[in-house]
Amino acid sequence: MKGNLEMSETDKEVDVLSGVETTGHSWDGIKELNNPLPRWWLYVWYGTIFWAILYMIAMPALPSLPGLGSRNTPGVLGMSDRSAVAESVATLHAERSAASAELLTASLQDIQNNLDLQQFAMAMGESAFGDNCATCHGAGGRGAKGYPMLADDVWLWDGTLDGIEQTIRHGIRHEEDVDTRFSAMPAFGRDGLLTSVQIDDLVQYVLSVSGHEANAGMAARGEGLFQSNCASCHGMDAKGSRDVGAPNLTDADWLYGSSPDDIRATITNARNSHMPAWQGRLDDATIKALAVYVHSLGGGE
Amino acid sequence: MGAHAWIFLILTIVGLLATALWAGSLGGRNPFDQTVYEDTIVKFGVTASMFWGIAGFLVGVIIALQLAFPNIMYFEQLGWTNFGRLRPLHTSAVIFAFGGNVLLATSFYVVQRTCRTRLAGGLWPWFVFWGYNLFIVIAGTGYLMGVTQSKEYAEPEWYADLWLTIVWVAYLLVFLGTIWKRKEPHIYVANWFYLSFIVTIAMLHIVNNLTLPVTLTGSKSYQLFGGVQDALTQWWYGHNAVGFFLTTGFLAIMYYFIPKRVQRPVYSYRLSIVHFWSLIFIYIWAGPHHLHYTALPQWAQTLGMTFSVMLWMPSWGGMINGVMTLSGAWDRLRTDPVVRMMVVALAFYGMSTFEGPLMSVRAVNALSHYTEWGIAHVHSGSMGWVGFISFGALYCSTQWLWKRPALYSLRLVEWHFWLATIGILFYIVALYFAGILEGLMWRAYNEYGFLEYSFIETVEAKHISYVIRAVGGSLYLTGALIMAYNLVRTALGHGAAAEGTRPVEAPAAATLQPAE
Repeated sequence: MKGNLEMSETDKEVDVLSGVETTGHSWDGIKELNNPLPRWWLYVWYGTIFWAILYMIAMPALPSLPGLGSRNTPGVLGMSDRSAVAESVATLHAERSAASAELLTASLQDIQNNLDLQQFAMAMGESAFGDNCATCHGAGGRGAKGYPMLADDVWLWDGTLDGIEQTIRHGIRHEEDVDTRFSAMPAFGRDGLLTSVQIDDLVQYVLSVSGHEANAGMAARGEGLFQSNCASCHGMDAKGSRDVGAPNLTDADWLYGSSPDDIRATITNARNSHMPAWQGRLDDATIKALAVYVHSLGGGE
Repeated sequence: MGAHAWIFLILTIVGLLATALWAGSLGGRNPFDQTVYEDTIVKFGVTASMFWGIAGFLVGVIIALQLAFPNIMYFEQLGWTNFGRLRPLHTSAVIFAFGGNVLLATSFYVVQRTCRTRLAGGLWPWFVFWGYNLFIVIAGTGYLMGVTQSKEYAEPEWYADLWLTIVWVAYLLVFLGTIWKRKEPHIYVANWFYLSFIVTIAMLHIVNNLTLPVTLTGSKSYQLFGGVQDALTQWWYGHNAVGFFLTTGFLAIMYYFIPKRVQRPVYSYRLSIVHFWSLIFIYIWAGPHHLHYTALPQWAQTLGMTFSVMLWMPSWGGMINGVMTLSGAWDRLRTDPVVRMMVVALAFYGMSTFEGPLMSVRAVNALSHYTEWGIAHVHSGSMGWVGFISFGALYCSTQWLWKRPALYSLRLVEWHFWLATIGILFYIVALYFAGILEGLMWRAYNEYGFLEYSFIETVEAKHISYVIRAVGGSLYLTGALIMAYNLVRTALGHGAAAEGTRPVEAPAAATLQPAE
């Protein structure tokens, strides 16, 4: 660096490459040029400061000035976040209110038969489904292990419009709601109602009625056990019963899996899953819209 | 906390034993010879920076993969691998472990040379170095065990905070003591920046961690502030951690290593003064822009936004001063990839300090806040600015500390430079896209006045971006591994770093030179 510096006539050091004086300091060989502030830099900075002052005059700013008490300057534009939010929420409600009011009074069948109202309900239902139901039932109601698929025609309890509304409103095994859908499968293994060997036989029988490969001897022994322990809910023909939400065991749809291990786990510990009651958490219009939406997903009755 | 007490006890005993053994082996030699610089601690700091950098980048790649492939990267039986625990491990590892050790090492290196005196305080600098790294171990293991006070970038619980306070005060005293006994009439600009970093971080750390522990034997504590006051304190802290840790600290690095490496005077003394004071005065007010459209009163949002906009030019002052220092030595951009790395760091610094004020404007923030845009913004700043200026400083200081005529391989620096640059571009372009996409999806209404997309649909839409981000992060990690290899070979004196291959370029002598 020294090679680039020379002493000027006034005893100031000048950097040869730039022709600019240094400040005369040196730290570990590092020197500093005495360049002025870049003009454009300074003017843009002044510009931002000027803009900031204008913004502070226009918008809510400075708190606790004399005479304002605990309040702040409201800004000459009179803008306020809180009133802006209240306003847009009110606008949204106004836009929806006519159709929402219609939803409240119309029966679910009426909604189905009125094209405009049905489309509104579908839009409302889809939005509410995405925020509240998709967490368990999946986007579009595709379901998951333990969470019924809503896009097919297999229904545990009721697949009619009114039945779906009842389920959404009161939930399943939601004990705080007296109208909830309720049934309880016993935990046959855990509670000692059946022995381990008996459960093995029962598993083979359940596999056989649903067309799976099964050990014929064990299945034969399991049939008797099925008739005395399971048929009261699942039926003599194992086709289930909607009165108690007992699934049909002869079809290909399995909420908790159809492997021998899965079935064994179900018989041993029972499943009895829960769905919360949405009445009180969602308004009536939304619940009705949800019923219409779920009904339309693929298997409504 | 029990585990932490044991770690603390065992390491204290090991530390005392090591000190005793070291003192016993001195045999009459003065360990604090005032005629030579304390460089061993800087070598430790450089090594620790390399180690923590790679660890932090690796955890970053892992959590990026967890977001891209949540089903594959989820381990039910290993609770500590959960995203919620690894994410603060990543942020703390890169900011505080990597960035913190780079700042410790370079500040000890720079303050000695620009004050022409040995570090003050005898063994105290060593207490600062080991104490700080112990804090990092306590904090990081705590996250994995679920110990957190749930404040972003201030997750460690009260006992780790207290320990850091002690260490930090010692750091401040060592630094001030060294400046106090300087043999130069003036204090160099890099030292102003380091000092503002040390002082302000102490203040931020103490105020944001005012908590009451539930018991003195348990890790849980509760904040002194509640609700929106707590939120504002947290973001006053969080924003100024960016300002005084990741900005002024690394500007100090820039102010020493760029002029030193390119052998040119700093562009403008006046600009360094004006942008220093305006930066630290304005930065401290900008925190409320993290809380736009929340319960924070609107006047406070106005304050945060206007000060953020006024901060734009003071931030750019550092970029101008750094880049213009290359006047007369522009060829170094072509010939020296280390210089290029530090100048690209300034370019990313300029980009993110323009983008910051832009994002603090409420109308822009309404779209960008809570989206991946924020993640893209901080990574352009952290990987581009903080990472690249640190890599530049590590390359320079390794060569100079081990007194090598050159780095082991400039070709490998080229590889590091291009892999990391392409990695950053992959990363930020993917996330800018994802951020704007998700921001627009969140606010989309259908013709009936209902939200068009459910939350999970906006998550699914980001999948490809997440995959590209993970690729970008992996490239960046690969670059850092190449750097580590290069630095080790340089320290060992292999390749171009071997004795006698070329004359030593930069500050060779460890012994102090007389005043000019």
